[in-house]
Amino acid sequence: MTFGVVVFPGSNCDHDCYDVLKRVFAQQVEFVWHKDTLLDGIDAVILPGGFSYGDYLRTGAIAQCSPIMGAVASFAERGGLVLGICNGFQILLEMGLLPGAMVRNTSLHFICRDVHIRIENSETPFTNRCETGQVLTIPIAHGEGNYFADDATLASLNAHRQVVFRYTSSQGELGSKSNPNGSCEHIAGICNRQRNVIGMMPHPERCADATLGNRDGQLLFASMIDALTARCV
Amino acid sequence: MAQGTLTAREGYRIRELLGREPNELELGMFSVMWSEHCSYKTSKPYLKRLPTRGPHVLQEPGENAGAVDIGNGLAAVFKMESHNHPSFIEPFQGAATGVGGILRDIFTMGARPIALLDSLRFGSPDDKKNQHIIDGVVAGISAYGNCVGVPTVGGATIFNEIYERNPLVNVFCLGIARHSHLMRSQAAGVGNQVIYIGAKTGRDGIHGATMASDSFDDESISQRPTVQVGDPFIEKLLMEASLELVKRRLLVGIQDMGAAGLTGASCEMASGAGTGIELDVEMVPRRERGMTPYEVMLSESQERMLLVVKPDCAGDVLDICTKWDLDAAVIGKVTDDGMLRICKADTVVAEMRACALTDEAPSEKRKSAPPQFQDTLQGLNDELIPLPHDCNSVLLELLGSPNLSNKAWIYEQYDFMVRTNTVIRPGSDSAVLRIKDTSTALAITVDGNPLYCLLNPYVGGVIAVAEAARNLVCSGAKPLGLTDALNFGNPERPEILWQFELVIEGISDACKFFDVPVVSGNVSFYNETNGIAVYPSPMIGMVGLIDPVERAMSQWFKDDGHVVFLLGETHDEIGGSEYVRVIHHREQGVPPRLSLETEGALHTCLLLAIEGGLVCSAHDCAEGGLAIALAESCLSRPQGPIGASITITPDFFDIRVDALLFGETQSRAIVTAESANVSELESLARDVGVPIRKIGTVGGQHLRVKSSDLRLSWIDIDVDVMYDAWMRKK
Amino acid sequence: MSEVSITARVYITLKTGVVDPQGSAIEQALKSLGFDAIDGVRVGRTIEVDFVGRTKDEVAKDIFAMCERLLANPVIENYRVETIPSS
Repeated sequence: MTFGVVVFPGSNCDHDCYDVLKRVFAQQVEFVWHKDTLLDGIDAVILPGGFSYGDYLRTGAIAQCSPIMGAVASFAERGGLVLGICNGFQILLEMGLLPGAMVRNTSLHFICRDVHIRIENSETPFTNRCETGQVLTIPIAHGEGNYFADDATLASLNAHRQVVFRYTSSQGELGSKSNPNGSCEHIAGICNRQRNVIGMMPHPERCADATLGNRDGQLLFASMIDALTARCV
Repeated sequence: MAQGTLTAREGYRIRELLGREPNELELGMFSVMWSEHCSYKTSKPYLKRLPTRGPHVLQEPGENAGAVDIGNGLAAVFKMESHNHPSFIEPFQGAATGVGGILRDIFTMGARPIALLDSLRFGSPDDKKNQHIIDGVVAGISAYGNCVGVPTVGGATIFNEIYERNPLVNVFCLGIARHSHLMRSQAAGVGNQVIYIGAKTGRDGIHGATMASDSFDDESISQRPTVQVGDPFIEKLLMEASLELVKRRLLVGIQDMGAAGLTGASCEMASGAGTGIELDVEMVPRRERGMTPYEVMLSESQERMLLVVKPDCAGDVLDICTKWDLDAAVIGKVTDDGMLRICKADTVVAEMRACALTDEAPSEKRKSAPPQFQDTLQGLNDELIPLPHDCNSVLLELLGSPNLSNKAWIYEQYDFMVRTNTVIRPGSDSAVLRIKDTSTALAITVDGNPLYCLLNPYVGGVIAVAEAARNLVCSGAKPLGLTDALNFGNPERPEILWQFELVIEGISDACKFFDVPVVSGNVSFYNETNGIAVYPSPMIGMVGLIDPVERAMSQWFKDDGHVVFLLGETHDEIGGSEYVRVIHHREQGVPPRLSLETEGALHTCLLLAIEGGLVCSAHDCAEGGLAIALAESCLSRPQGPIGASITITPDFFDIRVDALLFGETQSRAIVTAESANVSELESLARDVGVPIRKIGTVGGQHLRVKSSDLRLSWIDIDVDVMYDAWMRKK
Repeated sequence: MSEVSITARVYITLKTGVVDPQGSAIEQALKSLGFDAIDGVRVGRTIEVDFVGRTKDEVAKDIFAMCERLLANPVIENYRVETIPSS
């Protein structure tokens, strides 16, 4: 199976995702240029973090106009796995593949640090190696990760168990002190109803290598590999 | 008019070089190239005293950045540069474009930038006007560095009232290149094409370089229009395109358009190769209509590069620029006559020998003399400093003081993890980055204590280098090379030049002793407002190699039961300390002395101990002294604070108690070891001649420092209370 | 003969109910300056699009499509458009 990491002008975490999949997990992985229009031979798509198009206009807004995004949308519609990390999550929201929107962090500052997130749903192709309720330590690095959705959308996300991660304390407790950016209902990541498209603000690719001192992020990539292997069988 | 900063003597010299009267454009080009900022006319003879060669050096000063060999066919390319004046006028854009400029210096060398560090000097953070500058500078570095995707992994911030009207913003950048990909900024090959790539040229920042060669007065605020605006998105595209061009070997030469814009880039490339360049300003991509040749040649618009390319490669070069959505245009060619010739279509609008603008810039010999106040500064009578009654409250006050408190409020605004190389994050003695696909890592630190440099410029220069090396060694790294950014007042005043001369001498002697060459650097003079100069502020950015990466060492205490050692002797020294400054409100005294031999032995000891796996933590004992070093070792642990019990034997406290706890004696470090390794560590230290003293154990909820007979207890504080004081925001 | 050009100015504002951290920060700052009769600050943005060779009706149609597809995010933002004939 082959992973495709989409490269937009301004993508910064493309190499980090590539490196984890290639070097740590020994997977096939290719960069997909934003001006391409086809995803032939790609089994899972990663929209990496960064500042696509400088994050001008709104974060993630201009990337949705890139030629490749038509192919990404139909890939998602056919049930292909799409993981949006940080700027990738913002792009998925702007495209409407996931509900809601991002606004600036309540502190108005960019924040880079480790946070704790709780697995809210382990029955997704991205979290099947985790337990629901498990707490991961994982880095965030963003200025606009304050997730917003109206009450009806939040109710529907909850009803369909689409909230995959919430910010918590190291003990898994919810609270404003452990919510780094002001997100509605402490949401750190959500999936679509079909469970094949996920967006998350934290960076699993930054904590998937023993040399960097934290391997919690490996669980997500390992889950994806398991899910893809199961599909291929 | 532009020639305002040229002296009559320089004007005469220009007429002599041209053999005629210069026109307005030529005068503007000379004026900017002969400014202190571009020509180093005052500093050059002094800089020649610095050692620049060594077995690891691949590129000495003279190119956009220096380079050292780090093994595996790779080079570390690095430089530090100041952007002080623009950051005072417009903090956000000034700092942002400072980051942009230093990044371009690195990737024009063919190296991919992998780390930024910033060395900042501000006025008191409690003052509203300073807050505006501090917030703007930090936000500017954050916005630019984060967007470009290069991690800001460390830095040093010092607050002092002296920087109120002259904040210093120095940014260090390091990149990695294959040896065979290292580029030069030379316009070699007659007939080759000169290609412009990047952002379009606008009217911004005309005469930024001359502005940086002038002191401030109250009028300067109205200079706002000359500050450039940065576009990190274009920079990112420019970086990726440049690195792709280098990788595909399509370039003969490449140069950033920084200070002095197109003028600087073209004359430097031509004179570097001994060739000439002919340019047509009409071909330059422009942002505004009706720009004159003067404006095009002297604009300091950001995110632009000049390439020299063989004619048969030009098509591929333009294709790569199109791929990255960058403007690109052939604007001229390399000639054999040594002339820089500027044309507007068919008309020559300026013409001079390229090296007349660069190598032949006149140097300026100025007077140097110690300031009259120097004796008063050093004359601190220690006996007038009362001994502290309550060391707990002194420690808490120091921990919460701007210079010693935790800087997470700054570095958490920077993405310090992108590119997934950051092994040791900001908040330890140095940042450590692994080099992927090798077993190695690099440690990087920036240092410089301006108060020491004020009190004794020579000693301040020595300590700046020694402390940087000590920080690297504490992280398990062997120093390879350094870059210096030298920030001073107006060199036309003899006392400023005296400070400059002595600081350089100090840096030079220390570099020679440690065998760490200076491979790049930057001088920023005229950091003064209304006649008040900043303290002499050299910033040393030093790079060291760790092999293997697993040897990377952090400063914090790891676990209960580990034994705490102090390496090095402690003297009765309080002059120039943060303790005297913060608690007794004096910036006076003789700064700590430093013996290079003693310092060198400490480095040997630390490297051998880390190499032998004998220590679990190592922390430089610096500003704030032993007590602050202990507190930092307790508080900076990522899993949360941990306490320690320290006991001091009587032979150790025959000095003033404040010197013992808060004095800043050099050449010391705190290390911890598992009990099984204690005797081996002690004998290692003895073998290399470093005094070693077992002073306690890690563990508990308190940091306690008491005498070994238990009669005296100086410090006993809950680590959570210390943590709250230390985390004071700003 | 010069082409008629029209500038469309788009005002984008956050919908009521969407948190606006920037607006709150500005409100605090204004109050600290003594402007205490304030009951909320919202930050928006303005975008100007210059058209050439289009009638006013065509411009109106285009600019609404642009807003829906890219310029505004309907999840969190409202927008309003005015057109100004230029030279």
